[in-house]
Amino acid sequence: MTPDPRPLSPHLQIYRWQLTSVLSILHRFSGIALSAGTLLLVWWLVAAATGPRSYAGVQHFLGSWLGRILLFGWSIALYYHLCNGLRHLWWDSGRGLELPQVYAGGWMVLAATVVLTVVTWIIAVAHWSV
Amino acid sequence: MAGSRMRSPLGRAIGLGSAKEGVDHWWAQRITALALVPLVVWFVISVVELAGSGADLPVLAAWVGYPLPAVLLILLLVATFYHSALGLQVVIEDWVAVEGLRLGLIIVTKLAAILLAVLGIFAVVKISFTG
Repeated sequence: MTPDPRPLSPHLQIYRWQLTSVLSILHRFSGIALSAGTLLLVWWLVAAATGPRSYAGVQHFLGSWLGRILLFGWSIALYYHLCNGLRHLWWDSGRGLELPQVYAGGWMVLAATVVLTVVTWIIAVAHWSV
Repeated sequence: MAGSRMRSPLGRAIGLGSAKEGVDHWWAQRITALALVPLVVWFVISVVELAGSGADLPVLAAWVGYPLPAVLLILLLVATFYHSALGLQVVIEDWVAVEGLRLGLIIVTKLAAILLAVLGIFAVVKISFTG
């Protein structure tokens, strides 16, 4: 079968990256990651309801390097999805849809995600070391 | 009905139009999102505080023993798994083209969300009532 010689629209590998599309993809990926992260939340609660031994198991895992990395990644995904979700709700009200506002909001979301994540971990680590 | 006048007789006969559930999905996604904003902020602050006090089981149990944290945890679980199931449904509808697999994955996602939500809620209730 000879391929149809119609012109093709550029696909993701060819298309130039833009803040708007990257943030949109990140919103979806962070949502998927957070859905997976709910397993950790439920495991933590169920272990606490089961007894001291199973709770110690979760705490041991959360205190390990892998656990800390997962918690750190979870906090980034959570803050990003939260901030960008607020951006989506703002758009849903019919506001902020002009291109310069969309870009300004996008950079604000990224800045807020970094600041909130860093501040949270500074407070958490300062608490732990006491 | 304005909606029925907008459709051709053939379109109406084939009946492959909208399933009329999109608006409910859209609203539920937004309302759970709104509910999750304060719940998530409260939860993160609480967890950091718990971690600060060693996050030992008696500390956690005492905290969940109070009515307000227990109820907010339950609401957090309900809103989270509702919101998550709706979001994952959209992802599956976008990315899985095979009809049977798509429907199967959506059903598995929703049942898993219900299982995890009920597990979490039961755990909160048990800790709250028994310590």
